[in-house]
Amino acid sequence: MSSAKPKSGAPGTGRRAARPGGVLLRFLARRLAAALLLSVGITLVAFTLTQLVPGDPAAANLGQSAIGDPAAVAAFRAKYGLDQPLPVQYLTYIGNVAQGNLGVSQQSHRPVAEDLAEFVPATIELALFAIVLSLVVGVALGVIAAVNRDRWPDQVLRVVSLGGVSMPTFWVALVAFYLLSFKFDLLPGTGRLDPVLSPPPYTTGFYSVDAALAGQWDVMWSALGHLVLPSLVLAVYTVGMLMRFSRASVLEILGNDYVRAARAKGLPERVVIVRHVLRPAMVAIITVAGVAFGSLLSGAVLVEKIFSWPGVGQYAYRSAVNLDLPGIMGVSIVVAGVYILINLLVDLLYGVIDPRIRLT
Amino acid sequence: MATLLEVEDLTVWLATRNGPRKAVDGLSFRVDSGEVFGIAGESGSGKTMTAMALLGLLPHAAKTSGRAVFEGRDLLAMKPRALRDVRGRSIAMVSQDPSTSLHPMLSIETQVTEHMRHHLGIGKSEARGRAVELLSTVRIPDPERALKAHPAQFSGGMRQRIAIAVALACEPRLLLADEPTTALDVTVQAGILRLLDRLRRERDLAVVVITHDLGVMSAVADRICVMYGGRTAEVGPRETVLTRPRHPYTRGLLDALPHPEGGAATLRPITGSPPSLGAVPDGCPFHPRCAFAVDSCRERRPEPVLVETGHLSACPPDPLGGAA
Repeated sequence: MSSAKPKSGAPGTGRRAARPGGVLLRFLARRLAAALLLSVGITLVAFTLTQLVPGDPAAANLGQSAIGDPAAVAAFRAKYGLDQPLPVQYLTYIGNVAQGNLGVSQQSHRPVAEDLAEFVPATIELALFAIVLSLVVGVALGVIAAVNRDRWPDQVLRVVSLGGVSMPTFWVALVAFYLLSFKFDLLPGTGRLDPVLSPPPYTTGFYSVDAALAGQWDVMWSALGHLVLPSLVLAVYTVGMLMRFSRASVLEILGNDYVRAARAKGLPERVVIVRHVLRPAMVAIITVAGVAFGSLLSGAVLVEKIFSWPGVGQYAYRSAVNLDLPGIMGVSIVVAGVYILINLLVDLLYGVIDPRIRLT
Repeated sequence: MATLLEVEDLTVWLATRNGPRKAVDGLSFRVDSGEVFGIAGESGSGKTMTAMALLGLLPHAAKTSGRAVFEGRDLLAMKPRALRDVRGRSIAMVSQDPSTSLHPMLSIETQVTEHMRHHLGIGKSEARGRAVELLSTVRIPDPERALKAHPAQFSGGMRQRIAIAVALACEPRLLLADEPTTALDVTVQAGILRLLDRLRRERDLAVVVITHDLGVMSAVADRICVMYGGRTAEVGPRETVLTRPRHPYTRGLLDALPHPEGGAATLRPITGSPPSLGAVPDGCPFHPRCAFAVDSCRERRPEPVLVETGHLSACPPDPLGGAA
């Protein structure tokens, strides 16, 4: 950061403070351009990888009897454009993707975009719920551990976070399911809704939000209730991780001169921690949270399986097993797109938290 | 002049790996309202810990003894909550490096007004108005716009002016300035010192300037306390201490100052290095480095005694007594 060197005596207010709005827009534009470039790269990688995978989609989809019939195979290959040269296939694909056409799934025989519109929001809803839960709990506990460094709350929380990051998710999922749902019946265990309810009209694909928008409160409560257990299970790991990072980050900030200066102003400790310590600490914390959200998206497969959550993890698994190339690529692109969006959001949050980033 | 702060026998123990160690050892001094009191000494002499002890901002597990009576109340005996109400309100601090002591992510407005609003219970717009006044008092150009800016947008000297405005926000009676000019360019230093001096005169503010730089001392301090090894070596009015020092350590510091007239030849360094925490020698802490040391210096811990009006020195042999 170009802040360290004092320019003796010069009133430095002018230059960079001139148009804060303009600067922020430029910052945003730069990040968006980078994101676009990244997206194209991702489609290329996804496309190349599917070509490298051993196995013939025709064989996987036509079945034993038809595979012996060259006419049927040729027809299949012509129908899906597999007889074209690779670069042409890729350009066709890119062109279609740009129009929102991800092809037709060879497995569900529905447009991939339609499939994903159903499965992706389910996973995102789950992951969002889990990450918000993790951030609130993890950061709060991390701060408590840091301000009580080496005293008993810190020792206890160290064990908690270690447990959180070390317990395998599938095991936590099974235990939580057995205890909280099966044995004591505290929380609904499987699916997104009670079987007697029908899904709310589609707006965002998040059942809880859609139900609220439609005013179907019973559906909303059921959707939220069904979110609790799987997101709790997903959050066990991320809470542990965020707690550790928050503690380290807060401890690092606590050693700064400006924290001592804040205390020297006689501010209540709560204000010192929240305003002067937590804000700079959040820069490191949201970086980790962004990565954690990505891992929640892709790591939800097991949890989705155990809780019968019709999410993108299950869809990806079925596509992969059936060598459903449009399905696999659709999932890759959408998940990568969400990753990019999250990174963009994290970048923007940096700018919001730390003015030096937006001003330089 | 009325006594504002009376420190008696202040001792600070810091927790180290080898148990508690004295960082400040039986320090006594007084500060009158409206004066600039200088505390001078090398790094490790206990200057900063003295200031931190007064503010109740010592590191964890540090302990103090003695008394520090400020406006009739003993700061060292106060409950943390009561002391917090004194901090920033009646006693404010300016620290060494404004690029680290100002919060990099908070606006100048927040930093100048937050404690005003907390201590004085005033609203946002009133605090803002006062902040504009304060910034113009410390000569920040275009204070309205400066409030919206962040520290990174100012030069080092400007940042220190802002830090001083922050310290003055609640109209404190005492300002503890810990090396207020050390991180600044020499040309900027003079401006900051003039500013401190002007504020003291205009606001009847007492300033404790902590520095290792006797040049800074001679520019601003009314009275000077020279510390060594956590103890007072010498206290007295500026002219007396700087021109007729009675303690060999003060003499050594003055000899180690470059003179504008002389070249490098006139510099005489003090041999050896200052004692580290917990390794302060018995007797007079300075005796291993002192050219005048006699046997008794190794054995008895010297207390500061009056050598002339208002001038105390902790050197019983008094080798410089008739010298200057």
